[in-house]
Amino acid sequence: MILFQLFISFLKIGLFSFGGGYAALPLIQEQIVSFHQWLSLGEFTDLITISQMTPGPIAINSATFVGLKVAGFGGAIVATIGCILPSCIIVSALAYIYLKYRKMSLLQGILGSLRPAVVAMIATAGVAILNTAFFNNTATLHLDMVFLFVVAVGLLQYKKWNPIAVMVMCGVAKVVFYMIGV
Amino acid sequence: MKLQRLKKIFFSTLYLSAFTFGGGYVIVTLMKKKFVDDYGWIDEKEMLDLVAIAQSSPGAIAVNGAIVVGYKLAGFWGVVVSIIATILPPFVIISVISYFYVAFQSNIFVKLMLEGMQAGVGAVIASVVYDMARGIIKEKNKISLFIMGLAFIATYCFSINVMYVVISCALFGTAQALYQRKRGIL
Repeated sequence: MILFQLFISFLKIGLFSFGGGYAALPLIQEQIVSFHQWLSLGEFTDLITISQMTPGPIAINSATFVGLKVAGFGGAIVATIGCILPSCIIVSALAYIYLKYRKMSLLQGILGSLRPAVVAMIATAGVAILNTAFFNNTATLHLDMVFLFVVAVGLLQYKKWNPIAVMVMCGVAKVVFYMIGV
Repeated sequence: MKLQRLKKIFFSTLYLSAFTFGGGYVIVTLMKKKFVDDYGWIDEKEMLDLVAIAQSSPGAIAVNGAIVVGYKLAGFWGVVVSIIATILPPFVIISVISYFYVAFQSNIFVKLMLEGMQAGVGAVIASVVYDMARGIIKEKNKISLFIMGLAFIATYCFSINVMYVVISCALFGTAQALYQRKRGIL
C-alpha cells in the first residue's frame, strides 16, 4: 500500500513538474510534506540542501530520499520509477515525432524559432550560477571566484580541457586558496 | 557494434551524471560537449532541437535530456541505458549521504570544494553558450537574434517559466511557417 502511494505521488511529481530544477519544488513539498507527511518541513529543507550539494535532479533525489525513509530500498526504487515514467513516455514520443517529421517545413519553422530561445535559456541558467558563485549571497564580489572563472574559461576555450577536469580543478583550487589564506 | 555504442552511451552518461552539480542545464551542456564535439554523433542544430524537447516536456531536464539523446543514438535500448546511467549516481549518492548527512553538511572542505566548482560550472556553460550563440549570429537572421535577446530578458530579468517561453516560440514559429507557405516562399 505504502509502495503504491509512493509510486502515485512521484508519478504526479514527474508528470506535472514543468520547467526543470526548482520549478518542481512546490509540487514536491505539497506531495511529501503537506499531503502524505512523509517528511517534516525541516527534513525537506535538509533534502534541498543535500540536493544542492550533490549531483542529480532534485526530483530524483527526493524520490530516493523519501522512498528510503518511508519504505527502505524497495521504496526508493518504486518512487524513482514513478518519477521518471512520465518523462520516458512523453520524451520518447516527442523524439520519435521529431526524428520522423523534422524535414517538414512546419516543424522546421517551429524549431527555427526555438533554437535561439534554447541558447538564451541556457545562458540564463549560467548567469544565475555565476551570480551565486561570484557573490555567494552577499554584496561583495569574491575576486578569487572571478579569477577561477576566467582561468576555467581559458582552459576550456584555448586548451580544450575536459569540462569535468576543469570543474574539479576549480573545487580543488578553492580548497588550496583557503589553506594558504587567500 | 551496437553493443559497443550502448556501452559508450552508458559510461559517458554515467560519468556526466555523477558530476552534474547545479541543475539540468549543466548536464545538457556537458552532453553537447561529449556527443557533438567529441564523438560527432549529433550535429549542433540537432542538439538544440533535442534540448528543446527535453525542456518542454515535464520532469527533470537531466533525465529528459538523457532520454532524448539515448533515443536519437540507439532507439529503445538507448533510452533504457541512458536512463539507468543518469539515475544511478544520484541514487547511490543520496542513499549514502542520508546516513552521513550531519558530518557531510558541516565539513568545511566539502563546502569549499563545492563552492569552487560553481566557478567551473559557470565557465563550462559560458563556453557552450558562446559556441552556440556564435552559430546563431553567423546565420545573420534578425528574427533569430531578436528571439534570443527576448528569451534571455524574459527568463533572466522576469523569471518567466521556460515552459511559456518554449510554447510562445513554438506558436510564433508555426505562424511564421504558415505565413511563408501562404506567400509561396517555401
